Amino acid sequence: MTNTAYKSMKELPGSHVMAGGTGICAGCGGLEAIKMLCDVLGANTIVVNAAGCMTLLSVYPHTPFPGSWLYTAMASAPAGGQGVRDALDILEARAARTGAPRREKTHVLVLTGDGSANGMGLSATSAAMDRRLDFWYLCYDNEGYGNTGQQTSAATPHGAHTSTDPGGFAGEKKNLFAIWAAHNPSYLATITAAEPVDLARKVAQARELEGPRMFIALAPCPTGWHFAPRDSVKIGRLAVKTGMFPLKTFINGRIEHTRPPQARGRRPPVEQYLELQGRFAHLFHPRRDEARLAEIQRRVDMYWEAVGVA
Amino acid sequence: MKKERREEQMNRRLMTGNEAAAWGARLSRADYVPSFPITPQTEIIETIARWTAAGEMEARLVMMESEHSMVTAAGAAAATGVRVFMATSSQGLLYATEMLFSIPGWRVPLVLVNVSRGLSSPITLEPDHNDVLAMRDSGFLQIHAASCQEVLDAVLLACRLGEDPRVRLPVLVNMDGFYLSFTREAVEVPPPALAAAFVGEFHPTQPGGAAGSPSAQGVAVMGGATYSYFRYQVQLAHQSALRVYDDVSREFQQTFGRPMEAVEAYRMEGAQVAFLMIGSFSSKARGAVDALREAGEPVGMIRPRLLRPYPARRLRELARGVRALVVVDQNLSPGLGGILHGELAGALYNGGTDLPGAGRNPVLLSYIGGLGGRNITTEEFFAMAAEAREALETGVVPPPRLLYTGAELEQVRRQQNMALVKTAEAS
Repeated sequence: MTNTAYKSMKELPGSHVMAGGTGICAGCGGLEAIKMLCDVLGANTIVVNAAGCMTLLSVYPHTPFPGSWLYTAMASAPAGGQGVRDALDILEARAARTGAPRREKTHVLVLTGDGSANGMGLSATSAAMDRRLDFWYLCYDNEGYGNTGQQTSAATPHGAHTSTDPGGFAGEKKNLFAIWAAHNPSYLATITAAEPVDLARKVAQARELEGPRMFIALAPCPTGWHFAPRDSVKIGRLAVKTGMFPLKTFINGRIEHTRPPQARGRRPPVEQYLELQGRFAHLFHPRRDEARLAEIQRRVDMYWEAVGVA
Repeated sequence: MKKERREEQMNRRLMTGNEAAAWGARLSRADYVPSFPITPQTEIIETIARWTAAGEMEARLVMMESEHSMVTAAGAAAATGVRVFMATSSQGLLYATEMLFSIPGWRVPLVLVNVSRGLSSPITLEPDHNDVLAMRDSGFLQIHAASCQEVLDAVLLACRLGEDPRVRLPVLVNMDGFYLSFTREAVEVPPPALAAAFVGEFHPTQPGGAAGSPSAQGVAVMGGATYSYFRYQVQLAHQSALRVYDDVSREFQQTFGRPMEAVEAYRMEGAQVAFLMIGSFSSKARGAVDALREAGEPVGMIRPRLLRPYPARRLRELARGVRALVVVDQNLSPGLGGILHGELAGALYNGGTDLPGAGRNPVLLSYIGGLGGRNITTEEFFAMAAEAREALETGVVPPPRLLYTGAELEQVRRQQNMALVKTAEAS
């Protein structure tokens, strides 16, 4: 494992694989995560996209990727990845028989939002992992159906206002990490663009492997979470520091937390993360909803206590 | 090639329609076969799996988790640059609907065999054509086989047709479940070299899709002008496919000695009345036509093999040669009736005014028959022909009707009795 790669910001790639100027919202944490992942992964990547915000990356006649792009559908992007990977392997095997020189490996990157990943795309994702498909999967998790105006998805966190839960979502964010981990993929990690070194290290680590390499990127969303685009990085960092979004890896059955928050009492309370976002404003105004805030804090504390960070 | 030599090389054997489809995939040297089981198609993928496992067929077969994913993988692989074959049926075809409408827009050639089976509900395993006709607006080309031989032949032809640079579209080859899928017939298996030469090499438009030769497929567009442009490209490709089909089927006949023209005209010389049908049930019509001809009645049959693109010009020519046309639809569009009947009426109305016989359209009679594998008997063909003659004599065209007998109604009544259903008629 090249765990030692990327110790500081200075070592991150200095040039970008993706072009700028896409139609994606200002301050989109998902776009930043994709850019950073592609910088480490390299230009020789075929992106297979599901219906979601990132559909707007390639709008005729523009595409920001130096490699190819294939838009499939909301439910079946991993199956599209299967078709591309299999065809590449067939072509590669044929070329090898004719004695053609081996080309640099082309990566297949499946790109979906949390709505697809947790919902209608879950079956196709599960099956791709069952088949040990050699691919990358990046789920940009903005905790709702963002492209259609932030309706509640299975990834929406407890208490968040969405356009279909105006009083705040009563349910729980689905543990997609655990569901994916149950498939024992070659590599599984959570990332966020607000922690670029952690992100780059994980991508570099996964690059050394084959098989399913799965990433869930927390994607702060100015339009869906209701905050100013300039606060996107700040919110991403607070998600990690407050312990709301654990950064971790799952390799060979072992979970490792790569950026654990400080111990209870020393780590900032979750409300520092929540109060910056309009989707949680009802927890603070017109009066503080102490019960709900305490409940959210209690769940975060329970998580970290269970993994040994009390 | 001399006729004797060709026959010598041909390998004639008994096989089901499913095996014939698998042979089509094998002889067209499909590279990739994404798969998912469904009755009555499963034997196709099982046959291919057996061959690939034994090294008799060099293809990669991958079990997918649904037909939706299967068609996604198929389109993606074809877009990446390999020859793709797949098969499904009925509910599976409909489950893949979203992708079946998507990939024609990617302009990727591939072959999909559909084994027709009636749709739910109620549930049945037996055939009719509502599954395949639900996909008539998808952008796939459609070839309908009437025998196991035609299944094999159509797969080879479909490869050539779809991959032609003037077409570049996916092709659906249809056969009826049970009547062809599970029925063994004598099928000539062409020599592999001859089939390979006919089908040719696969030439991807955007090979590999790697950096250096990037492409963006299935992208979003902004505004109706761009959308209309690209959607209409599929229509233009279909129009071009009509001409390409004629060329390719002519070459097919020269190579293999079997006709595969877009529309089969059976005993149409001097015919006054003709049946119009697709699929294997047309062989029942053929038998009835023979019997009626023997009795001195000028009856024939028109059978489109090609349904998309719609061979309107040829159908007009044939239809305007008869006085009455009996359209037997093995499908039901609730609220309308028979789909083939409506399409033919549309093609005849005002169409082809440059053709001889323009303005002399035949009387059209519409029957729904063979739903869920229900038989159409020779006597029923006789009755339909008699009603056509009567319509010509009286000038009164009967309304569309379901072929159904009193005995069949009795049978259902008995079942309803057991199910303790009280119907208005029964009480």
